[in-house]
Amino acid sequence: MQCPKCRAPMHTYNRNGVQIEQCSGCRGIFLDYGELESLTRMESQWQQPAPPPPAAPQAYPSAPAPAWGAPHGGHGGHGGHYGHKRHKSFGHMLFSS
Amino acid sequence: MTAGVVPALTARVRAAVHPAADRCGCGTDTTVLADRPDGTVVRHADTVAKAHAPGTDTDELAARMAVAAHPALNGVLLPPLGESAVDLHGRLVTFWPYGTPVDPDTPEAAPWEDAATLLARLHRTPEAVLPPGLPPMRGPAKAARAVARLRAAGPHPAAAPVLRAWSVLPAWARGEASMPHRPTLCHGDLHLGQLVRAPAGEWLLIDIDDLGWGEPAWDLARPAAWFACGLLPPDEWTRFLVAYQKADGPAVPADADPWPALDIPARALSVQTAALAIAKAAEAGRPLDEVEQAVIDACDRMAAHPPELSPGPSK
Repeated sequence: MQCPKCRAPMHTYNRNGVQIEQCSGCRGIFLDYGELESLTRMESQWQQPAPPPPAAPQAYPSAPAPAWGAPHGGHGGHGGHYGHKRHKSFGHMLFSS
Repeated sequence: MTAGVVPALTARVRAAVHPAADRCGCGTDTTVLADRPDGTVVRHADTVAKAHAPGTDTDELAARMAVAAHPALNGVLLPPLGESAVDLHGRLVTFWPYGTPVDPDTPEAAPWEDAATLLARLHRTPEAVLPPGLPPMRGPAKAARAVARLRAAGPHPAAAPVLRAWSVLPAWARGEASMPHRPTLCHGDLHLGQLVRAPAGEWLLIDIDDLGWGEPAWDLARPAAWFACGLLPPDEWTRFLVAYQKADGPAVPADADPWPALDIPARALSVQTAALAIAKAAEAGRPLDEVEQAVIDACDRMAAHPPELSPGPSK
């Protein structure tokens, strides 16, 4: 898989059973749906009862998106509908009133 | 009747290309570029003739034509051939030079930066250029028309979240109250089909039917909605947005979160897109595809996040 930001190849790491893609170029991290929650959960289990709860780690740096936006704030992955091959229906949508 | 206008329009465009001859001497075919209820467009050689939608207001179209012909919009809007529309069996017809459109088969090559820069320049048009009779841009009216078409298509299981998202939009965004007056020139219906490359090579905006004054964020709202729905990759959206900001476009802040300005128009465009998708699927008796469903899902998620009522537009 290619980094959506800098196009460098992304490598998969397994961290406590959670698969994380990290870009070999810009070091950005990609999380699939639910993985951020899994990591946060595990982290809080490890650190309990250490106050205060750590801030949730920032997911892959992405453009600001509205609260109603697609899961993952519009960046790639299973939540997105784009990828290596653009969907034909979206191609049509780009050109219609 | 739409089907009836093509032969007459074809004759008209040929006559426009060969005014002195009673026959076409150039030997090229006339092609129909579009034939829809909202307009029929035919091309002969380097000239395009458009029969505007039945019921198009003469004065409003004249004001929009005057904007497209104004030297201040040189390099932004495709200028018309001739200053005014002609009547063709009750339809208003305008003439334009032919421009090469964006290739629909390679949308990944879409000129996002050019589109954004053109919009920024359009939005920065000095108020003095706008003719007195220029109407408001028709973005909200088009969204309302899409919702009406959805309602007319009959019950559909996917319609409820779309209509719910529509119902919480402010009245101006639903075309039910006038937009707060803002002397900003807007395109009103921006998508990739609204860009053509002029013979000199530069990209220009076409289609003035929805042009008018209004809320410029509406012109950014289609790409914004596609991005928010998870359809337009973030890097393409960012290229578009940053190019607009770099060109001093007034619709969004130059260095802050654009979403407070984009939220309402992007919701409206999502609803419009979803409404048309459902109506067309229902009319064709086909299921919704993955892309259409993504837009409906976005409408569904809007229920949990009511729009922030921005200052200015009153509900």
